[in-house]
Amino acid sequence: MTALSSASLPPAAARVAGTGHGRIVALGLASCAALCVAGLFAPKWLTFLVTMAAANGLVSLGIVGLMRGGVVPFGQGMMLALGGYTAALIFNQLGFTDALGLTLAGGLVSALVAAPFSPLLSRYRGIFFAMLTLALSMVTYGLLMKLEVMGGSDGFNVGRPTLLGQSLPDSHVGYILYVLTIVVATVMALLARIYFDSTRGLVTLAVRENELRVEYLGGSVRQAMTINFILAAFCGGLGGALVVLSLGHIEPNFSFWTTSGEFVFVAILAGWQSVAAVFIASTVLEVVRSFSSAYFPNTWQLALGLFLLFVIRFLPKGIGSLWMRGNTR
Amino acid sequence: MSYMLEAKGLEKRFGAVVAASDINIGVTAGERVSLIGSNGAGKTTFVNMITGYLKPDAGRITLDGHDITALEPRTITRRGVARSFQIPQLYGDLTVLDNMLVANACHDQKLSFWQPARRPEAIARAQTLLERFRLTEHLARRVAELPGGVRKLLDIAMALTGHPKLLLLDEPTSGVSAEEKFPMMATIMDALGHEKGTTVLFVEHDMDIVERHASRVIAFYAGRVIADDVPAVALATDDVRRYVTGELLQE
Repeated sequence: MTALSSASLPPAAARVAGTGHGRIVALGLASCAALCVAGLFAPKWLTFLVTMAAANGLVSLGIVGLMRGGVVPFGQGMMLALGGYTAALIFNQLGFTDALGLTLAGGLVSALVAAPFSPLLSRYRGIFFAMLTLALSMVTYGLLMKLEVMGGSDGFNVGRPTLLGQSLPDSHVGYILYVLTIVVATVMALLARIYFDSTRGLVTLAVRENELRVEYLGGSVRQAMTINFILAAFCGGLGGALVVLSLGHIEPNFSFWTTSGEFVFVAILAGWQSVAAVFIASTVLEVVRSFSSAYFPNTWQLALGLFLLFVIRFLPKGIGSLWMRGNTR
Repeated sequence: MSYMLEAKGLEKRFGAVVAASDINIGVTAGERVSLIGSNGAGKTTFVNMITGYLKPDAGRITLDGHDITALEPRTITRRGVARSFQIPQLYGDLTVLDNMLVANACHDQKLSFWQPARRPEAIARAQTLLERFRLTEHLARRVAELPGGVRKLLDIAMALTGHPKLLLLDEPTSGVSAEEKFPMMATIMDALGHEKGTTVLFVEHDMDIVERHASRVIAFYAGRVIADDVPAVALATDDVRRYVTGELLQE
């Protein structure tokens, strides 16, 4: 087929033609570089807060991918736990300490564990999908609580990782893990944006609106949902591994339903249109959590709840809709 | 005679309601067949059985000699059967162009994780079909904001994206004002004229449209076929005049 440029299209079509990935990639890399530089000057508590926000944002990014297909999982904490325990166990049991390798291992194991369940889950919608994912995460939570090899209810500690064969000095370990998390989050955010704008991504949006028509056009709804669930698991696993490496500790609460609820909170706050909004929303949650815990120790959930009410009432498509206005995708 | 589409002995019941009873229909390639009948006569049930949405209780459907009776809608679509709907099945929150791009992507069966849906060649392809249906001016509009007639045309344009060998149109002009019906059907048939050899089955209630655009008429009543002939003959039979057009009842 002859390659066409946007310029050769009729004016109406040219206006809506995609601009390619170049601009998005450039924007993403520039943001990544700016954040890495800013981390040099930021206080440690702030770099830690952003590290947690970016790592947790990866889990919510997976949820947003599923939301675009019309389902919301309430068990994504399981993916966080799978990624976290994978990294921690490999570190402690196998002696493999490379932070990047551990992160990738966390993502891969989560995706592999999710794969056999995804064909089943792809049949369900609405509350049934949400409850099934919640059930899976609570089974995982129960197992983690009972298994001694997993550290039981206390979990276990993880030592200081290395990176690309280099040991990390005391003074810089926090910053290096911050940079690693920002880089991984940027790469995943860019890949997510490319995926959301791809033909598969568009079909996912179509599934959300009208499954029947997708099937009558020759598309596979179940295939789309299966793929999205596995990708969400991969994102969750990456996030879990990064969280554990920065925290230096893992425990079954990673898979508890309230943890999953926080990821859903971030996804709803962000909306399904903007990838950047996911990480902004995740940062907002971390900020609210940190400051509310400090100043209103027993009422921070109240502040969070009120904030969510405000967003649902005034920004039903999430904060991303503030700058994606007019973009139906 | 070798038929492109053949239905043999189709039966379908919904409780006590007989929706299809011993339906035997053969359609040759290139025909323009109109399915007529009063509401509940079994036209849409027939369309739904061909496209896999409903499975017949008995009987067999073949497409180019291959049994498609038990296949899922997606598989039947991939074998070259497309359909539009009485109530257009669209993606209301997406633009007209994005609806076409979804259709493109699904029909291509080469879904990609990174190839942009809005790439120029895909847009140009969508644009070509939209032009045929005179929908270009609506390209960037959200489907939810479009009038009913435009949605109907878009529904059919999406079905045509995969260049089907058999196209089923379920009441393509229903819900459209009387003065808009004829130009709309003309637009549809004109657009279909660009598709070489596409066989068309359309459900229709307006006999003027049937006479003008069908090469053959199949009339249904109570789940049975009561006439199957060229329009002039089929529409003149007593059963059709009594049960479909109601002329004999009026006399």
